[in-house]
Amino acid sequence: MDMTEATYLAPGTPAAAALEVIGIRKDFEAFSALRDVHLRVKPGEMLCFLGPSGCGKTTLLRIIAGLETQTAGQILQNGRDVSWLPADKRDYGIVFQSYALFPNLTIAANVGYGLANGKAGKAEIKARVAELLQLVGLPTSGEKYPSQLSGGQQQRVALARALATRPGLLLLDEPLSALDALERVRLRGEIRRLQKQVGITTIMVTHDQEEALSMADRIVVMNHGVIEQVGTPMDIYERPATPFVADFVGKVNVLRGHALGNNLFRVGDMELQCDACDSGFEVGDAVNLYLRPEDRIAEHIAPDTPNRMRVMVNKVEFLGGLCIAEVSAEALHGQSLGLHFSLNQLHDLDVREGNHIEIALRANRIRAFCDRKPAA
Amino acid sequence: MNTLARPLAATPALPQRASMHWSRDEVIARALLLCVMALLAVFLMAPLFTILVNAVLDKDGNFVGLGHFVTYFHTPSLLRAAWNSIWVATVVAAISVPAAFVCAYALTRSCLPAWFKGTFRLVALIPLLAPSLLSAISFVQWFGNQGALKFLLGGASIYGAPGIILAEIYNTFPHALMILVTALSLADGRLYEAATALRTPGWRQFTTITLPSCKYGLISAVTVVFTYVVSDFGAPKVIGGNFNVLAVDVFKQVVGQHNFSMGAVVGLLLLVPSIVSFVIDYRVRRKLKAQLTARSVPHLPKPRPLADSALAVFCVVVCAMLLATIGMAVYTSVIKLWPYDLTFTLRHYRFALIESDMAAAYTNSLVLAFSTAVCGSLIVFVGAYLVEKTRHMAMMKRAMHLMAMLSMAVPGLVLGLGYVMFFNHPANPLNVLYQTMAILVLSMIVHYYTSSHLTAVTALKQIDNEFEAVSASLKVPFFKTFVRVTVPVCLPAILDIGRYYFVVSMASLSCAIFLYSPDTILASVAIMHMDDAGDIGPAAALASLIVVTSTVVCILYSLLTRVLLSRTQAWRNLSRG
Repeated sequence: MDMTEATYLAPGTPAAAALEVIGIRKDFEAFSALRDVHLRVKPGEMLCFLGPSGCGKTTLLRIIAGLETQTAGQILQNGRDVSWLPADKRDYGIVFQSYALFPNLTIAANVGYGLANGKAGKAEIKARVAELLQLVGLPTSGEKYPSQLSGGQQQRVALARALATRPGLLLLDEPLSALDALERVRLRGEIRRLQKQVGITTIMVTHDQEEALSMADRIVVMNHGVIEQVGTPMDIYERPATPFVADFVGKVNVLRGHALGNNLFRVGDMELQCDACDSGFEVGDAVNLYLRPEDRIAEHIAPDTPNRMRVMVNKVEFLGGLCIAEVSAEALHGQSLGLHFSLNQLHDLDVREGNHIEIALRANRIRAFCDRKPAA
Repeated sequence: MNTLARPLAATPALPQRASMHWSRDEVIARALLLCVMALLAVFLMAPLFTILVNAVLDKDGNFVGLGHFVTYFHTPSLLRAAWNSIWVATVVAAISVPAAFVCAYALTRSCLPAWFKGTFRLVALIPLLAPSLLSAISFVQWFGNQGALKFLLGGASIYGAPGIILAEIYNTFPHALMILVTALSLADGRLYEAATALRTPGWRQFTTITLPSCKYGLISAVTVVFTYVVSDFGAPKVIGGNFNVLAVDVFKQVVGQHNFSMGAVVGLLLLVPSIVSFVIDYRVRRKLKAQLTARSVPHLPKPRPLADSALAVFCVVVCAMLLATIGMAVYTSVIKLWPYDLTFTLRHYRFALIESDMAAAYTNSLVLAFSTAVCGSLIVFVGAYLVEKTRHMAMMKRAMHLMAMLSMAVPGLVLGLGYVMFFNHPANPLNVLYQTMAILVLSMIVHYYTSSHLTAVTALKQIDNEFEAVSASLKVPFFKTFVRVTVPVCLPAILDIGRYYFVVSMASLSCAIFLYSPDTILASVAIMHMDDAGDIGPAAALASLIVVTSTVVCILYSLLTRVLLSRTQAWRNLSRG
C-alpha cells in the first residue's frame, strides 16, 4: 500500500472517501479565493457546494476537475493523488451551466463524443448512446441537433454525454441556472433520480439554496473562500453553525440582546430561553438570537410555555397559502419579527393589521451567536 | 497496525507546491503558440527593432545617438513633409468622415428601399478592392494637364495637395462608411421611443441620442482615415508632384539616396501618428464593444419623406462621384490615348500582361494573394484559438495578443523598410528569404494580422468556452475537438479572413515596394513603375484588372461559402420541433 494512502486511511475514519480535498488553497493576485479547504466526499453521495457568488465554490469545483491549479493542497480520488494531474488524466464527467454541447454535431454524436476515442466498436458505441438517451428520457432525439432541443433537453443531453464514459465522479457546475423556473424544478428531481439510479458520486455547485436543500445528501456552505458548515440539508437548516449559514439558508429573524447565563438571554424587557445553545457565553455578552419565521407557537399555548409574549401585528404580507406577518412586541423594545402563518391560521387567529395576538417563540429553535460585526 | 499508523496520521504532511504535470495537449498547445509568436517576433518585432537601431547609427555603423533626428529637424524640406502629411490627412478626415456619416445615416436610419441601400453599399465598397494608385491615376485623367474637367480648377494644378486629398477621400470613404454603419446600427430603439413620448423634436433626438451614441464610431473613423492618409504611399507617389509627404520621403531616402539612417528616422516619425491613432482607436473600440453587449431593442426608422429624399440625393451624388473615379480608370485602360484618340483597344492589357518586362506582375499578385489567403487564415485562426481557448499561459497569451494588435499600428511602408534593414543584412541567416515570394506572403500576413486576428477572436468568443474542458473530461485531445467542432463552427469567419487577405494582398503596395525582385514584382508595384514611365494606359489596365479580379473572387467566395455552409452548417438554421 502506498504510504500517503495509508496516512489518509488512518484508523477510525469511515470507508475510503470517493474524493478527498486536503488543505486546498487558491491565491489570485489580489485575493485568496480558497483558504485551507478540507472535505471528504463519500462514495455515491450527492454533495452540493452552496454559497453566494464569489465564495469560491466554482473555483473549488474547477480545481477538482483540473481546470484550475491550486496554490497549495491535495486532491485524492479513491485514494489516488490527482492533485497535479491535468484534466484529461483525471476521472470525472462534467456538466456546465452553458451545457457546452457541440452545436455542429447531432445529439447522438455529442453523447458518443467521449466513446469514440476508446476501444469501443461502432455498434457498441451506438448501443451505449441509445442506452444513455433512454436513461435521460430522449430516446428519439439522437438525429437532432442541439439547437432543436429546449434548454432542459439540452441539459439532459449534456448529462448523458458526461455519464457516457462511466466516470467515477460527476461534476455539475450550476447545471440548472440557465433554465426557466418551471423546468428547473422538474429537472431537479430528474437529476437526483438519475444520480441515484447510476449511483455516481456527484458534486454540484449552486447558489440556489432550494436546489441544494432539495437535491443534496450533504451541503457544503461556503463563504469568502472558507467552508462555513458541512451537513445534511436538515442540519444546515435547523442547526446552522454560523450566523452566515443561518442568514444565507432560509429566512431568519435576528433579535439583539445579551447573555444572562444558563441559556437565558435578555432582549428588551424579556428573558428569552434558548435550549439549543452551545454554552460558552459569558454573562453580559452581546448576542444575536436567530429565529426562523415558522418557529413560533400561536395556538393552544400552555401557560408555562417559555418565551410567551403579546405582540402587535404591524403588517400582513399575503403570499397565498403561506403568509408572513410582521409583528412587534413592546417587551422586545419594538424589535420586530416576521412570522409565518398559514392562510387558515390567519383567519382562525384573527391575525390582522393592528390586532394584538399571543405567541411563544420555540425555545428549542432559537440559536444564539455572539454579536461580532463580520469583517466586511 | 494501529500503533504504527497513528503517528503517521497525526501529522499528515501537506505537500508543498508541486508543478502541474504538463499533459500532451498542453505541450502541443504551447509549442504551436510559440511557433505563431516566433513568426510575429521575427517578421514584425525584429524588423521594427532594426529600424530603431538604424536610426541611431551612421552609415558605417557607429552610434550617433539622436544625431539623425537633430539633422532631420534642422532640414526645412524634410520638416515640411511631416507638416504636409498632417494637414492633408486632417483635410481628408474632415471631408471623408462627414460624407461617410451622412451616407451611413441614410443606410441605417432612413426608409429608403432595400435595393437602393444594397446598391449604394456595393458601389461604396469598390474602393476597398482597388490599389490606392487607381484613384490617383483617375484624378490625373479627370483634372490633370489634359484633364476633362481641368477647367474646374481655374488654372490651379491637380498635382500636389488637391490631388492627394481627392484621391485619399476616395480611398478612405469605404473605411469610414463601414465603421459608421456599424456604430449607427447599434441604436437602442427604446431611447427614441422614450424621447418621442417626451415630445422631443427630431433634431433634438439627433443631437442628444444619435450623435452621442455614435461618438466612438466617429472618433474611430477619424483615426482610421487619418492614419490611412499619413501612411499611404501610392496616391501621393502618382499625383503628389513636388508636394512632399512623409511616406514618399521614406521611399526617396531609401530607394533614391540609399540613406538608410534618415529613412529609419522618417519611418519612425511615420510610426508616431499611427501609434497615437492606434491607441485612441483601441480604447474607443473597447467602449464601442461595451455598447454592443448592452441589452437593447433595435431601432426601426420611420418614413420622413423630406429627409429621406435629401439623403437619397446625397447618396446618388456620392455614388456618381465614386463611379466616375473608377469609371475613368477603366475607360483609360480601354482607349488608345486620352484625350487624342478615344478608339476602343485592348492593347494596354496586352502590353501589361504580355509585352511589358513586368508582364509577370499580375500572375505574381494572384499567387501572392492566394497564398496569403490560405496561409494567413490558417495561421491567424490557430493563433487566435490558442490565445482564446487555452489555459495557463497568461504571459505568453498577453505577449501574443499585444503583437497581434501592434501590427495594425505599423504602416506598410515602415514594415517594408524594417524588412529591408533586417533581412537584407548579410549577417542574417534569413536573408535567403529576401526578395522571394515567401517573404512577400509573410509580410502580407503580418501587415494585415490585426483585423484578421480580431475577426477570428470575435468568432471564437461566440462559441462556448467550455468545449476544451468538456473534451478533456471525455479524454478527447483538444486538437481533435478543434478540427471536429471549433473549425466547422467558425468556418464562416475563417473564410472571411481568407477573402480579406486575398483582397488586401491583391491591392497592397506600400509593404511590397521594398521587397520585390524583378521575378517577384507585383501588379501594384508595376502600376507605379508604368505610371512613372508615362504608360498610363497599361497602368490603368493593371489597376482595373486588380479590381475585377477581387470582385470576381468576392463573388466566387460568396457562392462557394453559400454551398459550403449549406452543406456543413445545416445545424445553424434549424428550428425547434
